[in-house]
Amino acid sequence: MQQHEFDIIVVGGGGAGLRAAIAAAEAGAKAGSNKAKPLNIAMLSKVYPMRSHTVAAEGGAAAVTRPDDTVEAHFDDTVAGGDWLAEQGVVDYFVRHAYQELVQMEHWGCPWSRKPNGDVQVRRFGGMKTERTWFAADKTGFHMLHTLFQTSLKYPSIQRFDEYFVLDLLVSVQQQVQGVLALEISTGELHMLYANAVIMATGGAGRVFRFNTNGGIVTGDGMAIAYRHGVPLRDMEFVQYHPTGLPGSGILITEACRGEGGLLVNKDGYRYLQDYGLGPETPLGKPENKYMELGPRDKLSQAFWHEQKAGRTGKHHGSDVVYLDLRHLGKAYLYERLPFICELAKAYVDVDPVHELIPIRPAVHYTMGGIETDAHCETTLKGLFAAGECASVGLHGANRLGSNSLTELLVFGRLAGEQAAARALQKGVKVTGLEQESQKLHKKWQTKLHKLTDTSQEARSWVPIKRELVATMETGCGIYRDEQGLQQALDSVRRLQAEFQHVRVGDNSKAYNTDLLHCLELEFSLDVAEAICLAALERRESRGAHQRLDADCTERNDAEFLRHSQVFYVPGKAAKLKWQAVDTHISAPGERLYGSAGSAHAGAAAEVQREPTEFEQKQRGKKEGSSDGGE
Amino acid sequence: MAANKGMQQALVRVKRYLPEEQQKTQSEPFWQEFTVPFDESTSVLDALNFIKEELDPSLSFRWSCRMAICGSCGFMLNGIPKLGCKEFLRNYSVRTSPAQKNTATNTSITASLTVEPLAHFTVERDLIVNMDEFLIHLEAVKPYLIAETSTQKQLQPSLQTPAQLAKYKQFANCINCGLCYSACPQFCLNPEFLGPAAIALAQRYNLDSRDTGKAVRMPMLNSHNGVWSCTFVGFCSDVCPKQVDPAAAVNQGKVESAKSMLIQMFKGSTAHEL
Repeated sequence: MQQHEFDIIVVGGGGAGLRAAIAAAEAGAKAGSNKAKPLNIAMLSKVYPMRSHTVAAEGGAAAVTRPDDTVEAHFDDTVAGGDWLAEQGVVDYFVRHAYQELVQMEHWGCPWSRKPNGDVQVRRFGGMKTERTWFAADKTGFHMLHTLFQTSLKYPSIQRFDEYFVLDLLVSVQQQVQGVLALEISTGELHMLYANAVIMATGGAGRVFRFNTNGGIVTGDGMAIAYRHGVPLRDMEFVQYHPTGLPGSGILITEACRGEGGLLVNKDGYRYLQDYGLGPETPLGKPENKYMELGPRDKLSQAFWHEQKAGRTGKHHGSDVVYLDLRHLGKAYLYERLPFICELAKAYVDVDPVHELIPIRPAVHYTMGGIETDAHCETTLKGLFAAGECASVGLHGANRLGSNSLTELLVFGRLAGEQAAARALQKGVKVTGLEQESQKLHKKWQTKLHKLTDTSQEARSWVPIKRELVATMETGCGIYRDEQGLQQALDSVRRLQAEFQHVRVGDNSKAYNTDLLHCLELEFSLDVAEAICLAALERRESRGAHQRLDADCTERNDAEFLRHSQVFYVPGKAAKLKWQAVDTHISAPGERLYGSAGSAHAGAAAEVQREPTEFEQKQRGKKEGSSDGGE
Repeated sequence: MAANKGMQQALVRVKRYLPEEQQKTQSEPFWQEFTVPFDESTSVLDALNFIKEELDPSLSFRWSCRMAICGSCGFMLNGIPKLGCKEFLRNYSVRTSPAQKNTATNTSITASLTVEPLAHFTVERDLIVNMDEFLIHLEAVKPYLIAETSTQKQLQPSLQTPAQLAKYKQFANCINCGLCYSACPQFCLNPEFLGPAAIALAQRYNLDSRDTGKAVRMPMLNSHNGVWSCTFVGFCSDVCPKQVDPAAAVNQGKVESAKSMLIQMFKGSTAHEL
């Protein structure tokens, strides 16, 4: 086993990991100017950094930019968008640091789209009151990731370990993180890397679901690794369905399409969102913030579900779909603002958005929850930090607003890097018996990998387990959920965890054993899936992206559930759930309203008198106690 | 992907290389044939995943985003560098007469293609090549913004007009998939050649109105392994899945290089006269 010593280890080479590594390098260089040596940083990633899933983010990154916008408004949008389950101190910090991080990206060369005078351009996004989303055409994540990766090359103190798959944390008997154990994918060798500070930046877990917008690598590895060491996974029941994925593949069609004025229509060509508390209909070519297509993602995905149940969705090669209409935007505008969308629609559904409607349907997109951290990105395990989608710093609450996550990975990636640097520079982190712990950990994984690749046993593929897992999650933990379905899903996941113990991969070679790699990813995914099911089962209310159909659970219930869920790993046994108070010290929980209802509530516009829709009548009916939730 | 009825069958021939076994037996990479069901939407990447999950778990290849943006899944398809996720089996159809029907399975093969690792790189295993050989060239051109820092500027973004952005934007769209290196005859002959993507990236920063680093990048481009190694075959631009047009970057690089060398010469002679 090879061993390496560092000051800081970053796990993951996506946006958050790169931003953290750069921040740590800069903090180290600053400290190094007074002292002898800068901080040495290792960045491990199971793929080359520019393959990380940040690359697929399209729409943009939010920060208060226009003179008529305020950080208070960004705060309010985010907190209400998250149905008051966000940590308000964290949101406040976020909105105040968002702009400077995007400016920093500009100074590093990010090719932000511009106005004719050369200023940075901002676009509309769902659930945001004002235009505040910076973008680089419709490949914002791609450009941010490449800008960060290329910028990271300037820092000799960052040493990359590309295609190293982190398996576990090295934790001292004093319960302090001391490093990581990683599998070098090209050779199959184990490496122990030591450091006083470790930052998890491993991304989300969308691949736990069958139909999703995520890349194949998004399997929740880092979440599971921290979780197995006793760090709670928080708010895991909140899984975001993005309303516009391509049927079949799940490929993301950005919310920026709607920000630029795209419409959503059902099979009858009707803009159905007006029936779901998002209306009235806004005129063609005149999108209005927080109305109709610019409502938040949870509400839009839920509206699709109702349209589907009512038989008003169309069909595309066997999938139920609604349609995204961009035709009125015209070719020149589409090619300037949404060139990638045009390319994707043509390549994957053979549709030219200039002339045709794009068939779309909701797809799992983002895990709002993750590794619980405090406001400084540190977890309950000393020396372990987390940032980006793998983390639950508390920014998104029960539903994330589009374009908050790209900014999140900058703001909290930077903060995690700085905090980890502070810890690494701290004197007197005393650790004893580390060699023993390190040997124990190495032995444990050696044994485990040997067992998984033992050809004297009959091969038992992980593939059927993965297929059943993703189907189970889709059925039991979808846009709408109920007690029975969630219990079944949880039972199934636990059964699959047990079955996994008998898996033997067919490939026992060392170099690039991707069979083994995917098998290990699946084991991580199973743990994450258990946490999602358990938290969803126990949250007997409806809030944000978590919607329950069972009687008594169809409404938000602040009295009992204005709380974060925390799922704790119990070795060899069923996971345990606890509840944690939410920070609401700035904005008291209120009603979450969009469309004219939102405007009326805000007192910003005259109330529009109209007949309530069928859906709204039902909703009111529910509030009055008549339960028709079973649907 | 399940094999539903109504699906057609494709014959996929994959180049295999298993370093541990083959170094032992000193054998060459070999071809393996698979029959894969497909429909209108089946990509080459889908076919490879079908093979891995259903037919042979030992087949190794890289992939992730499956939407032509992460740059992982470059392969040689029928000898041409392509992204596996953006190519579809329907485009590899073969005409079969009834006599050519595959009698063993009694199904007719309606598509056929070969899949090999990207050319001109060292093969590590199966369809996986050594990408460090690519990255080393990218890193060599100092691909980051080099600018004078002023404290005032740190608080606000620089101005850049859409026209200034348009000058380099195309070259900023490179996804680092490496297809252009597999298309480049010069990279094949001389692995030290910076190559299309690295030169495009150098140009991306050289052309950025915010950058002042051209002077430090030009020596790399002027060198023997820089722009002048290119014989302008232009195949790199043909295979680029993102229309980056690296050949144009190389050509612009040659003009810049000629200018910078002339200036050097002029400066040199002026200095001599003085």
